Amino acid sequence: MVIDESLLQKLRERFGDKIAGASLQSIDPWIEIAPEGLVEVCRYLKDEPSVAFDCLNSICVVDYCETDPKKAAKTSWQPHLEVVYHLTSVQRKTSGVIKVMLPRWKDGVEGEIPELASVSSVWIAADWHEREVYDLSGVYFVGHPNLRRILCPEDWVGHPLRKDYVMPLEYHGIRGR
Amino acid sequence: MSNSNPTEIVELDVRTDEMLVNMGPQHPSTHGVLRLVLRTDGEVVSEAVPHIGYLHRCAEKIGENLTPRQFIPYTDRMDYLAGMNMNLGWALAVEKLLNYDLPDKVRHTRVMISELNRIASHLVGMGTYGLDLGTFSPFLYAFREREKILDLLEWVCGARLTYSYITPGGVTADLPSDWIGKCRTFLDQFEPQIPDYHTLLTTNAIFIKRTAGIGLMPAEMAIAYGCSGPVIRGSGIDHDLRRDGDPRYKAMYEGYDFEVIVQKNGSYPKDQVYPAVPDEAILGDCWHRFYVRMLEVIQAIKLIRQAMDFYEKASGDWGTPIKLNTKLPAGEAYLETEAPRGQMGFYVVADGGDSIPRRARARSSCFSNLSVVEELCRNCLIADIPAIVGSLDIVMGEIDR
Repeated sequence: MVIDESLLQKLRERFGDKIAGASLQSIDPWIEIAPEGLVEVCRYLKDEPSVAFDCLNSICVVDYCETDPKKAAKTSWQPHLEVVYHLTSVQRKTSGVIKVMLPRWKDGVEGEIPELASVSSVWIAADWHEREVYDLSGVYFVGHPNLRRILCPEDWVGHPLRKDYVMPLEYHGIRGR
Repeated sequence: MSNSNPTEIVELDVRTDEMLVNMGPQHPSTHGVLRLVLRTDGEVVSEAVPHIGYLHRCAEKIGENLTPRQFIPYTDRMDYLAGMNMNLGWALAVEKLLNYDLPDKVRHTRVMISELNRIASHLVGMGTYGLDLGTFSPFLYAFREREKILDLLEWVCGARLTYSYITPGGVTADLPSDWIGKCRTFLDQFEPQIPDYHTLLTTNAIFIKRTAGIGLMPAEMAIAYGCSGPVIRGSGIDHDLRRDGDPRYKAMYEGYDFEVIVQKNGSYPKDQVYPAVPDEAILGDCWHRFYVRMLEVIQAIKLIRQAMDFYEKASGDWGTPIKLNTKLPAGEAYLETEAPRGQMGFYVVADGGDSIPRRARARSSCFSNLSVVEELCRNCLIADIPAIVGSLDIVMGEIDR
C-alpha cells in the first residue's frame, strides 16, 4: 500500500498545514488535503518518482447531509461534501485515495455551490470527471477549461446527487415523479 | 442567382466551407446514442466534440436508495454486453466493505462466468467493428458463436443479457449439473474458429488499410486520459488488473496461468501462432487495439478451461449471498475490476447501522476511454471516425450510467 506513514510524513514536511488529515486504518487508506493546497500536492504526487500517481481513475463526491431532522440530530458529523480522488500508478502498480472536504454551500448561502481548484492541469482525465462532478454533485472547479454539464441536459436545474435534491415535477412537458 | 456570373457559380460548387455536422445520436456506427459534433472542411475533421448523456439514468442515485443486492440488476444495465463483469465488480466492492470471504468454488465459478462473458463481449466488439468498416460477414460469424455463449449463460441464470447472477456473497445458484460438459464442448468447437476471424478481419488487406496507422494513441496520452483495458494495452502499456489490481481481485485469479496481452519488445506473446503484425501497423493504432481484443479471447478460453478443472476439484458450496437487509459497516471501499472494456470501478460508502449505502459510485471505463476521442479525431478524415470510435469499443449504457 503506497499511502502509509512514511508518505504522510514526507507530505507533512513538505506541505505543512495543507495536509489536513489522514486515515491510514481505513480499508483504503486516504489522505485529506486542504482545498487551497490541492493542485500542488496533486502535482507532487504525480511527479514524485516514489509515488508516481500518473493516472486519475475517478473523482466523485460523497454528500454528508441528512434530510430527516430526527436522523440528522444523531449524526456524528456536520453536513459537508467529500471530494474523493482515486489515483493509480500504472508504472508502480499501486493505487491511492486523496480527499478534500468542502462546505455544502459557498459561504453558507444555500444554492451557491462551493468552489475548488481544478486538477485538469495535472491529469487531463480530470476534465470529464470534474464536469461530471459539477453536473451531478455541484462543485464548481475553478480553472477548468470547459466546465459544462456532461450527463444532464445543459438547461437542467440542480445537482441530482445532492442528498437534498428534489426531482422536478416537469421538464419540457415530460412529467417527473 | 440570375445576375451572378458563371465563374462564381462554379466556384460555389466546388469550394469547401467549414461545416458543423452532427454524427449521431442515431448513427449506427456510434454504438448506441453517442453524438459527435464534427467541424469539417470537406472530408477533413478539424474537431470532434462528443456529447453524451442520452442514456443517463443516474444509476448512482438509485444505488443510494437500494441495498447492495437490490442494486445488482442496475449494474447489469450499465455495460449490457458484459453484465456478469458488472455484477462481479459491484459484488467484490461490497464484499470488500463487508470483509467477506468466499469458498473456492465460488471463486472458480466467477472466473469461468466472467471470462465467458468477456468472450461474448469481445465477439460483439469484433463483429460491430467489422460493420463500422463496411463488412457484414464477420458480424454474422461473431453472433453465431455469441449466441451459444448466451445460451450457456441463460442456462445458468435464466437471462440472456441482464444476468444478476454474481451477487455479493457468492452467486445466486450453483451451475447446472452437466453445464461444465456443455461448456467444454462449446470451447472445443469455438477455438478452431478463431483463425477464421483472423482471415476475415485481422489480416484482411482492406481492414489493415482502414485501421493500421489510424487513431494513433501514444502510451503517455493513454495514461493521461485515464484509459484502460484493451485500449491502454493496445498502446503497449503492460497493465492488467487481473495481475496488478486490488489484492482482493488478484486473489480471484490466484493459481491461474494466463498472459497479459501486450506488445513487448516488438512482439505479442503469441506472435508465432497467430497472424503477424503487418508492417503498416504502428503501436497504439486502431489495428493494435483490435488485435489485443482478439488475443484476449484466446486467453479467456485458457482461463475458462483452467477454471473448469479447478471447479470440479473445488470443495465447498456456491456461497451464501448476503441477506437483502444486511447492515453495512461504517466505512468505504473502492475496487476496480478488469471488465472487457477496461477498468470498471465501484465505490461504496456506508454510514454504519444501515443496509443502504450513503454513496454508490460507478467509475466507468468507457467514460475515460471516450474522453480521448476529441484528441484522436483531430485532423482525421470523416471516414476514419467510425474506425477510431469503433476501436475504443464503447458501450453507452456504461458511459451514461
